[in-house]
Amino acid sequence: MIPPQIISLSLHLITSFIASAAFGILFNAPRRMLLHCGLAGMMGWIAYVLLSPRLDAVFATVVATFIVGVISQTLARIYKKPVILFSVSGIIPLVPGGLAYDAMRQFVESEYNLAVQLAAKAFLISGSIAIGLVLSEVLNQMVFKLSRRQRPAKKEPPQS
Amino acid sequence: MDNAGGREHQKTASGRPAHGDVGKENDLHMDGHDLAVNGAESYFGKKSSETAEPIHADDAEQGHIGPAALCLLAGKMMLQSGAETYRVEDTMTRMAEAMGLGGSHSYVTPTGIVFQPSSSQSARLIRIVERTTDLGKIAAINDVSRKLASKHITPAGAYARLADIDQAGHEYPVWLQIITAAAASGCFTYMFRGSMADILPGVLCGGAGFALFLALHRLVKVKFFAEFSAAFFIGLLAVFFVGLGLGQEPDKIVIGSVMPLVPGLLITNAVRDLIAGHLVSGLSRGAEAILTAFAIGTGIAVVVTFF
Repeated sequence: MIPPQIISLSLHLITSFIASAAFGILFNAPRRMLLHCGLAGMMGWIAYVLLSPRLDAVFATVVATFIVGVISQTLARIYKKPVILFSVSGIIPLVPGGLAYDAMRQFVESEYNLAVQLAAKAFLISGSIAIGLVLSEVLNQMVFKLSRRQRPAKKEPPQS
Repeated sequence: MDNAGGREHQKTASGRPAHGDVGKENDLHMDGHDLAVNGAESYFGKKSSETAEPIHADDAEQGHIGPAALCLLAGKMMLQSGAETYRVEDTMTRMAEAMGLGGSHSYVTPTGIVFQPSSSQSARLIRIVERTTDLGKIAAINDVSRKLASKHITPAGAYARLADIDQAGHEYPVWLQIITAAAASGCFTYMFRGSMADILPGVLCGGAGFALFLALHRLVKVKFFAEFSAAFFIGLLAVFFVGLGLGQEPDKIVIGSVMPLVPGLLITNAVRDLIAGHLVSGLSRGAEAILTAFAIGTGIAVVVTFF
């Protein structure tokens, strides 16, 4: 008998993959890169699902986005495409749409205290998405500089 | 026929004096609007024709294009496709260097680019009216600038490639976009802890909402209104489905179906621009994101208030 956690986890894997690849289509990503977009989104979402019961949502988002960022930087280097191609579809599942909706709903129902709390949290989470992406970019630049110092013969690609 | 009309409209619009009388301006505006309404069906599936025109006109007149104009064209196309500010500046600088223009300066905001090829030449300005998200275009232009920098293609070849890229529409047909939006909505309904029974209404609401958004955006050209109406429609549909017994929680259905409209890219680009020191771009992108979120939220809020 398969435990229910495994089933729910694999369903999360499948749905996040489809959702991220679908966003690749909506954003007009090249056909060959759709699977990679889906992969980046899937890894980020699974990291978030596994981390969110243990950590604060903001920190879990930073870690998940960092993973999306590292995967996107690696794919961008391999396929010589802009990073944004992979990272945009990858972070879509992490965007706090649900929280923003709840906040708006509380505003409408005149529960202003609760609404401001939820809105602040949604704002923090969208900030943490950006921080995760920036961190992965910094890491990428550091690794790149170090590897170039060791092998000076390697030529720098014109654009990342 | 649409294209010819669009070109004519553009020419008259750009050729009119700065202090043209209000009546005339209004007239022109109506003209463009009518064109959009009549042509809504024929260019359903293609990008707005306005962006592609000036290039072709230039091409026919001179057949050759200066380095500065080439850089500006690439920058304009990237910005219209939703590239980050630093990438646009970087691409323009690299292309200028590849064509022997050292010491160029560029100032990029989401609504316009100022580019000075070198200290001896005068600065050029280009206005950006419409912005979408088109990752394929960004990748293609990036590729062109990469090849130009490594001298794999000549400036004339680069110009031809850019014109081709600009002419190309969305790679995926509209029906496929609607189906993928519907599929994504169903997936998000599950991911945001909706029950299994909520997935099917999520798919239906998401697909219908996105289709309505696309249709309204073509008709009205006011994005705020299209987003507001689509969100309102999604809310109504979700309440209706739950009333029918299809689905359990309208909240989860709405959250999932609204996701294709959410300005995820704008929010992220805004904060990245701010962190990178592009303060004006960051703030204006943030304003656009907040406006979009507000439109969606208001649409849903109206439904919540009534039901």
